[in-house]
Amino acid sequence: MNQHSAPDSAGTSPRKAATLEFRSATKRYPGQDDAAVDSLSLEVPAGEICVLVGPSGCGKTTAMRMVNRMIDLTDGDILLDGKSVTESSPAQLRREIGYAIQQIGLFPHYSVADNIATVPKLLGWDSKRISARVDELLELVSLDPHETRDRYPSQLSGGQRQRIGVARALAADPPLMLMDEPFGAIDPINRERLQNEFLRLQQEIRKTIVFVTHDIDEAIKIGDKIAVLQKGGKLAQFATPAELLMYPNGKFVEDFVGADRALKRLALQRVRDIDLWKAATVRVGEPVAEAKAKLADSDINMTLLVDDDQRPVGWLADAALRGERVEKRLRSTAEPTVELDDILRDALSDLLASDSRYGAVVDGRGHVAGVLSLEVIGNFLQETPVAARSGAELVEDPA
Amino acid sequence: MLLLAQLQTPDRSDSGCVQNDGFCPSWIFDNFDRYVDPFFQHIVLTIVPVVIGFAISFGLAVLAHRRQWLTGPITGVTGFLYTIPSLAFFFLLQPITGRGYTTAFIALTCYTLLIIFRNVTTGLGGVPVEAKDAARGMGLTDRQLLWRVELPLAMPEILAGLRIATTTTVGLAALAVFAGAGGLGAELDADYQFKSNVVVAGGLAVLLAAALDVIILAVQRAVTPWQRARAT
Repeated sequence: MNQHSAPDSAGTSPRKAATLEFRSATKRYPGQDDAAVDSLSLEVPAGEICVLVGPSGCGKTTAMRMVNRMIDLTDGDILLDGKSVTESSPAQLRREIGYAIQQIGLFPHYSVADNIATVPKLLGWDSKRISARVDELLELVSLDPHETRDRYPSQLSGGQRQRIGVARALAADPPLMLMDEPFGAIDPINRERLQNEFLRLQQEIRKTIVFVTHDIDEAIKIGDKIAVLQKGGKLAQFATPAELLMYPNGKFVEDFVGADRALKRLALQRVRDIDLWKAATVRVGEPVAEAKAKLADSDINMTLLVDDDQRPVGWLADAALRGERVEKRLRSTAEPTVELDDILRDALSDLLASDSRYGAVVDGRGHVAGVLSLEVIGNFLQETPVAARSGAELVEDPA
Repeated sequence: MLLLAQLQTPDRSDSGCVQNDGFCPSWIFDNFDRYVDPFFQHIVLTIVPVVIGFAISFGLAVLAHRRQWLTGPITGVTGFLYTIPSLAFFFLLQPITGRGYTTAFIALTCYTLLIIFRNVTTGLGGVPVEAKDAARGMGLTDRQLLWRVELPLAMPEILAGLRIATTTTVGLAALAVFAGAGGLGAELDADYQFKSNVVVAGGLAVLLAAALDVIILAVQRAVTPWQRARAT
């Protein structure tokens, strides 16, 4: 029926992500002085997430909707893999671009499987291929195909619907995805989970994604690059999350990013990325003289008792070092312990929530790797970030 | 041939019950045959106008869905037709279309238009905006959007309109006798003082309305399985 149905079987050979370029893209509505989107120029490399963020009325959704011609450009151009979006008919173009919106817009009268199959059916895939693809996608978004495929949207929870919405947008393996506040209607706890899941998913599928949000924290967490838009559809800054936090371009971005932008950098870093303090780790029965030597060599004035496997047991009281050998007299337990892979913000939060000034840091096997303190974090925040990473690289591995 | 039936008054010899215009089970049993033809006429008088009316108003509603400005004028015209007293309608049409089915069909069809048009319009208008946006965003053409998303989702409302129109038409068709179109109304009119006659003719009309209603309801349930699906 058409040329799109030809390649690959059940989506086993993924299509390459596309590059996207806004070239002075402009949208003006008749009778309005300000443009909705004013000469927006930016490039999104293939496989990266570009977040459009800004206050309401800044034109971020309009900019996104111009890509699949839900809104037509007044001026300028948008290029998908170097080809102007105006060259294909809107329907053809849209079938090549994944589309997920905040209200999800699942079809209430279609089963989950039929919802996901919407675009493959439009493209004329055969039913066997569609069915295999549906199961594959359901697994990709962590849903059980057998339990889910024949249900109707009204039988699903909000989080499940959101996952189906993403699966549906991915169905025909589009080289580009447009996502308009996809997690906006989800409660904070599930939103966090879905964001993490989404970033993990993106590591697998490596799509080019345009992601619209009004939430700067979400932008920082999700984006490889962030485009901050201000009223009148003007691009205020286009930068990586770390650049945006360190060097906001002007008052508008500075205000929008928030007074706590220094703290937000903590969300971009893991514990292993900063210089930890050295701890004096001792075992029960060790000669006190040895323990004291270690203490002198460490960065803090406390000894950390560990078990035979180098796992932290607790902070020793002074009385523990009074005799010949180290005794098990604890000042406090080793809580909170922090993992090297923890995000710095979470580690700081653990530290603040406990009575302890210090947090024992352990590696993947649970061995003590150092000590984290408020001072260590404070030092980090005063440094210039050289190797700040994007949020996508910070998602914890499911393993 | 069928039209002749209405001219004969029921045969009322023998028993006293019948003489007194009473409710006489034995007479009903003996004379039930005479209601069969009018009953089938009544079915025709109901179904033909409903089907034609549905086709017209469905088309108009889809047109008005695309061109919103048409909604007002169409509602106005069909609403005006709806307000014409049925007897007046029959008599007004008779000089043009004569006595018989044609006159009855035209008038009865006109009464279905407003109900069905409004329900189809309401149904299409009630389709969730986000489902339409998602559909367009995924590359459905306007026609695909209409047939795959909007009409299926409007189906409960559309069929509700069809049920009201059908029930109404069964009732109005009883007046088609004045257009010379027979039906159960002809039997009623022939001897409206005889209780047995009124009960049987009227009862059959009520049964017909109920039966058609149940059939459409069954169709509705069959074509809208998602409506019964609830969270488990």
